[in-house]
Amino acid sequence: MAVLQSRKAGDGEGGEGKVVACWDVGGRGRKGLAHVFSPTLPQIRGSRARALPDRALVNCQYSSATFSTGERKRRPHGDRKSCEMGLQLRQTFEAAILTQLHPRSQIDIYVQVLQADGGTYAACVNAATLAVLDAGIPMRDFVCACSAGFVDGTALADLSHVEEAAGGPQLALALLPASGQIALLEMDARLHEDHLEQVLEAAAWASRDVHTVLDRVVRQHVQEASVLLGD
Amino acid sequence: MDLGNLHVDGGVERVKELKQKRQMEDLRVDGRGCEDYRCVEVETDVVSNTSGSARVKLGHTDILVGVKAEMGTPKLEKPNEGYLEFFVDCSASATPEFEGRGGDDLGTEIANTLYRIFNNKSSIDLKSLCISPREHCWVLYVDVLLLECGGNLFDAISVAVKAALFNTRIPRVRVLEDEEGSKDIELSDDPYDCIQLSVENVPCIVTLCKIGYRHVVDATLQEEACSLASLLVSVTSKGVVTCIRKVGKGSLDPESIFEMLETGKRVGKVLHASLQSILHKEESLGPKRQKVGFLG
Repeated sequence: MAVLQSRKAGDGEGGEGKVVACWDVGGRGRKGLAHVFSPTLPQIRGSRARALPDRALVNCQYSSATFSTGERKRRPHGDRKSCEMGLQLRQTFEAAILTQLHPRSQIDIYVQVLQADGGTYAACVNAATLAVLDAGIPMRDFVCACSAGFVDGTALADLSHVEEAAGGPQLALALLPASGQIALLEMDARLHEDHLEQVLEAAAWASRDVHTVLDRVVRQHVQEASVLLGD
Repeated sequence: MDLGNLHVDGGVERVKELKQKRQMEDLRVDGRGCEDYRCVEVETDVVSNTSGSARVKLGHTDILVGVKAEMGTPKLEKPNEGYLEFFVDCSASATPEFEGRGGDDLGTEIANTLYRIFNNKSSIDLKSLCISPREHCWVLYVDVLLLECGGNLFDAISVAVKAALFNTRIPRVRVLEDEEGSKDIELSDDPYDCIQLSVENVPCIVTLCKIGYRHVVDATLQEEACSLASLLVSVTSKGVVTCIRKVGKGSLDPESIFEMLETGKRVGKVLHASLQSILHKEESLGPKRQKVGFLG
């Protein structure tokens, strides 16, 4: 289930657009919120020296609530895993966003995981895609992500926390569905190369299913918005 | 900490003048009276990985609280009691200034305030959290996540903490002692066999902002920017004050403080009554109630 909630600048905030998208998988599954601050004003937070002359800088932060996992996490962000996730998200979105259209500016994508049950990277990417689309930032295509694993000779798509903890190989895939291009591919543990294609295919198939859901949500949102504007 | 940027013709001074004028007539910019709260939405049991959770939306302020009960060792000075640990995370989603360590200062300030308001014998029955004296007790980790800042953080957070504690279910345990004297802790087989905490005496914070000659309850970001000094009053449902704190750059004279205290107690009692009725109504709907969560 996915919901797109557009919330533009509230009272007293600067001219920045803020967009929220929420991705909720299953009843007890993952819930993630993605907030995108769109570059309506070419502002750079932090060092101006980081501004790139020909394209936009994509800045991602991944934060997961201390109560999101079964065992309480001590630090919501700033630890190694969160930094790595942030870098992976940045790599994914730099591949998809048309950064040349916004030189010398910064696009901030903040992802907050509220409840984690495996596949957090995929949930973050899906939520962030919706948020970036709604913020009006031009992208090449949707970015749809899914995780996959391999247990007892079968490829499994969208692993839950229990399946991830079992210790088998895990693959994370971020796909641009129209062209079939892969934005990010990451694998942990050992997997025989003969099985790689099977697992990749399972992840790609699931990503395309995710694309159907995202597409439907965006169209529904646009339809609702145009009906309201039409009045 | 300044969150508001005012974009008004004539600048900040003009806005302050207008607000002060309206305050004299008990009318604020959004039509509320000086003692009126904005519309509050409270929902409990939003996160399933926790022992209890609640989400509160107060205008544009959005708070999510999760309570996790874990077993720990009691503190040395209080061997027969469990304890609460507070942690506040200011998410970068609220404002980009909170990215990285930017939100740490505000988070620490709010967490310290929460420790102070709960630092008394009656707020929570800590003895019920004890499993075996000096050895095992329940530690309640109350984690607050700030999703959006729309003014009046302390009030919203205290309401969310109370709702989350109301929703907390701690599994019942038994201590089994065998012949050698070693103790074993046994969890009940029934997952619904839980202890529920009594939140009758849990305080809520009422923030009163001084604007001009009057004070307002539940200030928006704009109103907070116009106010030089505020008083945080932590009050229980019976009108007992557990903590007072003055915040802000400006100063308050003692008469104002007493007036604000009286207003705080009055408003606090009404807030508690509404919150209790909503929480009981939500609980009575049982497991079949429709959960809105974040979708909607």
